[in-house]
Amino acid sequence: MFKDIEHLVRLAAVMAVALLAFLILRAVIIPRSFGQYGHYRGAAIAEIAAHPIAFAGHSTCEGCHTDVVALKNQGKHVVVPCEACHGAQARHADDPGSVTPAKLDTSVLCARCHEANSAKPKDFPQVEASSHSGGVACDTCHQPHKPKIEETGASGPEAKK
Amino acid sequence: MEITRRHLLLLLPAAAVGWKYVLAGTPEASPNYRLTEHWWAMLIDIPKCIGCGSCVRACAQENDVPEGYYRTWIERYHVADWKVERPDVESPEGGIHGFPANEESGGKNFFVPKLCNHCADSPCTQVCPVGATFVTPDGVVLVDKTYCLGCRYCVQACPYGCRFINPKTNTAEKCTLCYHRITKGLTTACCEVCPTGARQLADLKNPDDPIHSFLKTHSVQVLKPHMATGAKVFYNGMDGSVR
Repeated sequence: MFKDIEHLVRLAAVMAVALLAFLILRAVIIPRSFGQYGHYRGAAIAEIAAHPIAFAGHSTCEGCHTDVVALKNQGKHVVVPCEACHGAQARHADDPGSVTPAKLDTSVLCARCHEANSAKPKDFPQVEASSHSGGVACDTCHQPHKPKIEETGASGPEAKK
Repeated sequence: MEITRRHLLLLLPAAAVGWKYVLAGTPEASPNYRLTEHWWAMLIDIPKCIGCGSCVRACAQENDVPEGYYRTWIERYHVADWKVERPDVESPEGGIHGFPANEESGGKNFFVPKLCNHCADSPCTQVCPVGATFVTPDGVVLVDKTYCLGCRYCVQACPYGCRFINPKTNTAEKCTLCYHRITKGLTTACCEVCPTGARQLADLKNPDDPIHSFLKTHSVQVLKPHMATGAKVFYNGMDGSVR
């Protein structure tokens, strides 16, 4: 039918080889999970989810420290999660024997929340630390887990746990 | 049938396409967590925020955020009398050390915690030229740092200023909604440490989540609703001056 069809076949063969090379290269270069959920690498989701945690979560703390939970339940700090003050404790939770949480400086720590600031909600308890305690550590008078000072003589340094 | 050279040339490309699907393998199996069963959001109750900076510190520690960069931060607003359109906003070091006492007297003062809004129709993912950032099937906007070129398009595209380039890796970085925690059944680091409950993680696909009753009974807003980003960080009690 066609005269001298051979050179067309050769050209088609070259193009087919080029297409094949492209497809193979593409298959090798594009990560396996690309397009699994959308136009991105699906395996990235699991990689990000594998990041280690630093904060154990208050329910983990409450599993062991039941005495503190009982004390906290009696006072206003019942809503404050453990790690808000004590910091990240996932390593302590994994290995309570060798990793012990640092002692806290209440004169710094309490002021973070309770130092007076006009932008804080009006019903939130606030003090000016300099005039309220004059630099004396808060836990001299207040028990941090149950901060309200009992009127019935149980106040003062000897009352803290 | 006898396979001629021509048949082979036709078959090979088809075989290459088929091989690609063989290589793709089976999806990652995660036994306890199903992507399609969640749709994550956050609730921020502005009247409860005391600006203590616990969330900013916890975020930095949990996610190894480089110093001077913030995945979440707190802004203090000062609105003088009627100047609703010109609030004074400050965020010293993202509020990581809390806030010094106000100089201004009078007017209205309050704190606004900010973070990635995990938009359902996020502008940042739409501009990525390489598919390095995306919305997951459970509604979290993430960055694949092995794929990110560091071209900064997404940093400019985010209307909320939530992205930055990590100076160590030179890739885009942002709040992951503590994806490594929420997929394990924990709450985010910022919500975990918030002493007043001003920040709460919410799963909109969970019918038992308290977010549903909260949204029904409160006047809740999102930031920049006119941009139609589908933002999923809901603010309760937000003043009209908040940008």
